[in-house]
Amino acid sequence: MSAVLSTRGLAKRFGSLVVAQDLSLALPRGVRYALIGPNGAGKTTLINLMTGMLRPDAGSIFLGEDEITSLAPESRVKRGLARTFQINTLFPSLSALESVTLAVLEREGHAGTWWKSLPAYRDAAGEAHEILSSLGIAKDAYRLTRELAYGRQRLLEIALALATRPKVLLLDEPAAGVPKDESADLFEAISSLASELTVLFIEHDMNVVFRFASRIIVMVGGRILVEGSPGEIARDPEVRAVYLGKAAHG
Amino acid sequence: MLASLASVLFDGFAYGMLLFLLSVGLSVTLGMMNFVNLAHCSFAMVGGYVTVTLANAFGWPFFATLPAAFLSAAAASVVLERTLYRRLYRASDLDQCLFTIGIVFISVAAAAYLYGTLQQPINTPPTLQGALEFLGMRFGVYRLFLIVTALVITAILVAALEYTRFGAQVRAAVDNPRMARGLGVDVDRAFAITFALGGGLAGLGGALAIEIVGLDHAFAFTYLVYVLIVVAVGGLGSIGGSFVAAAVLGISDMAGKYYFPQLGAFFIYLVMIALLIWRPAGLFGKR
Amino acid sequence: MHSAVTGPHAHLQAQVRWRRIEIAFWLCTLAPFVAAPAYLQLASQIAITALFALSLDLILGYAGIVSLGHAAFFGLGAYAAGLLSKHAWGEPLSGLLIASAVSAAVGYAMSFIIARFRHLALIMITLGLGLLLHEAANSASWLTGGADGLQGMKIRPLFETFRFDLYGRTAYTYSVVVLFLTFLAARRIIHSPFGLALRGIRENATRMPAIGAPSHAHLRKIYALSAAMAGVAGALLAQTTSTVSLEVLSFQRSADVLVILILGGAGRLYGGIVGAIIYMVARDQFSGISPQFWYFWIGLLLVVVVMFLPNGILGGLAKITARWQRKAP
Repeated sequence: MSAVLSTRGLAKRFGSLVVAQDLSLALPRGVRYALIGPNGAGKTTLINLMTGMLRPDAGSIFLGEDEITSLAPESRVKRGLARTFQINTLFPSLSALESVTLAVLEREGHAGTWWKSLPAYRDAAGEAHEILSSLGIAKDAYRLTRELAYGRQRLLEIALALATRPKVLLLDEPAAGVPKDESADLFEAISSLASELTVLFIEHDMNVVFRFASRIIVMVGGRILVEGSPGEIARDPEVRAVYLGKAAHG
Repeated sequence: MLASLASVLFDGFAYGMLLFLLSVGLSVTLGMMNFVNLAHCSFAMVGGYVTVTLANAFGWPFFATLPAAFLSAAAASVVLERTLYRRLYRASDLDQCLFTIGIVFISVAAAAYLYGTLQQPINTPPTLQGALEFLGMRFGVYRLFLIVTALVITAILVAALEYTRFGAQVRAAVDNPRMARGLGVDVDRAFAITFALGGGLAGLGGALAIEIVGLDHAFAFTYLVYVLIVVAVGGLGSIGGSFVAAAVLGISDMAGKYYFPQLGAFFIYLVMIALLIWRPAGLFGKR
Repeated sequence: MHSAVTGPHAHLQAQVRWRRIEIAFWLCTLAPFVAAPAYLQLASQIAITALFALSLDLILGYAGIVSLGHAAFFGLGAYAAGLLSKHAWGEPLSGLLIASAVSAAVGYAMSFIIARFRHLALIMITLGLGLLLHEAANSASWLTGGADGLQGMKIRPLFETFRFDLYGRTAYTYSVVVLFLTFLAARRIIHSPFGLALRGIRENATRMPAIGAPSHAHLRKIYALSAAMAGVAGALLAQTTSTVSLEVLSFQRSADVLVILILGGAGRLYGGIVGAIIYMVARDQFSGISPQFWYFWIGLLLVVVVMFLPNGILGGLAKITARWQRKAP
């Protein structure tokens, strides 16, 4: 099976601080990956490297067969690699619908058009509305982003990424700051996404990880410790020692 | 030709040292708080007018007016910082810009109201007049004095920053204010003191500038551009960067005026833009 | 407001619709002919300044580009129109278009630099480019007349019929019609997909690449469009006054237009126009006092606006009406 997104030997350092080392991965189509590891393991760095927000010092990144290592972030998005942010990175004074419509228009290549009226793009607005309702936030579509409840804003994060029609979706702690009972709903929404979409999410709550991930990647100290099915990860002695063990005792 | 080159270098370096005094405070405070204070030269103007007033109306000796210029400008900056500026630390660049331009307008108008729009005269003491002959070239004594003063101040600043506890706090705050706060550094206090110090140095610069470039009500505007160039080119928060940038700017401005008088300040602006395009964070800037 | 909306299309449509107060406002621009015929020259100046402020609003209010050197494009337009009428032909409409094209071309070239910068470096670059152009025009006195200003412009009557008379009838009509047409263009830009993308950049520049937006390309485009508009304003001033002075490129003019826009309220399309009316009328009324003291009040005004009226006069009014509507539903 060929991978949708793969990396080979990615490395990044800030001065003398090594934040990523020899990161090689291959994510196949439609798989739900959880990326776990203690704080400072380099999980967000990996997402930043994949999406081009950081330049790697070494290594390469492939989307399907194509190398994207030197592409700008927006070009990677255009080719089907989307992400969300751990801290809400939204458009506070745009309504939810406007925000998602903007993402749709960018995807369709209409966002540079300045001589046509926005309401003329009925289809884009309709599609945006559909995305919002698929995530259960259509009720809030016409409210300004900054007026939305926090949990809704987390969903809007995902809606913006979905509007780019990704092949691979990287979710950086989608449930960060969301109360436990709500985070299950959020992951229900994530797991009901189209089955051909490859999803990788960072998450700290092990119950959630083992419930929603079909594969798990464990990172420690800027390296990939192990990658495997939830069963393999749960049995892995090294993982138990450095990560789960600690969590179990603490 | 050689003699003229030497004198251009000398005069330009002296002028650069003046720009350094005027801008070093802004560079450090900008590095700490990212606060765009376009009114920095208003503090210089305070110093300049204090010196003029004390020397001309009260008959103080020139040397005695210099500490007064420093102190009054420092006091003015403390008052402004404590009452108004601190409310704007989290405001946008634009708001900071507009607010401080407003302060510039007010200070320029106040100076015109109090002192009129003419150049202010100053009598320097005889010891600072005339020139020294050396290898057939003449070096103005006042400019020598200016250079020595600036070098001494630079040495003190660098040493204080490097070897004192307060200096370490300031360096930490410039590097990463959030982390410094986490480590227990009182960044607000460090900033207030640095701001006062920077304002005071600008005031001293303003007082020393009268003899070289003159002083009128528009000073806060005229030299704003030069100070901003020094800061932007030198890099935020870098004393060494400001020093080099000020020296280069002073010499190239003098050279431009001497060799290509018809170009005016064109040359300087061109150099600045080219440098910024080459290194957006300045010559010595990290960000 | 949103409770009345029924679908996604209607939601977008509601923001584009012309409001009654807008139509009333544009009807009011006819008033000077009847109410203050002696002030048509001033009215024409106000329309030109409003157009200039509108052009700044496009980059500052909508795309978040802070510029301390926007007079560069105003001045380019003015000199282009002036030189054209002096050396080639004096037909005003074609002059306006050519001047606008010159400004747009220079603006587009500069935008490749501008789009790469933010914060202090951006302020410095815009300031530096503005000063550079000012110095260049000063030095090239063989072309621009230097500090004496450009002499010898010959402007033909508008449509070969309407002369630019002493009372400013033609000047005001011409200026206000051009202002209105440019305003329509600006309004369309704001309410287009591109306008939405600009608001996206202003609201959150880091998110834009993550939704696949080529932010730099967007910024370059709006910068060129804004420069074109500023060029039209400059050309209007040159043609209606038949002179171009070095002042059109000055830092003072850049600062003034910023004050005007902020006073009225940035990012609101009408902010620049309202600001221009208030600023210019006040300056005319207080023309007796010397310029230094005029700037004292401007300085005070800036301080007060930043402290107490962060969204300008229109922002303040919007807040008051919103509160009022909530109280009396």
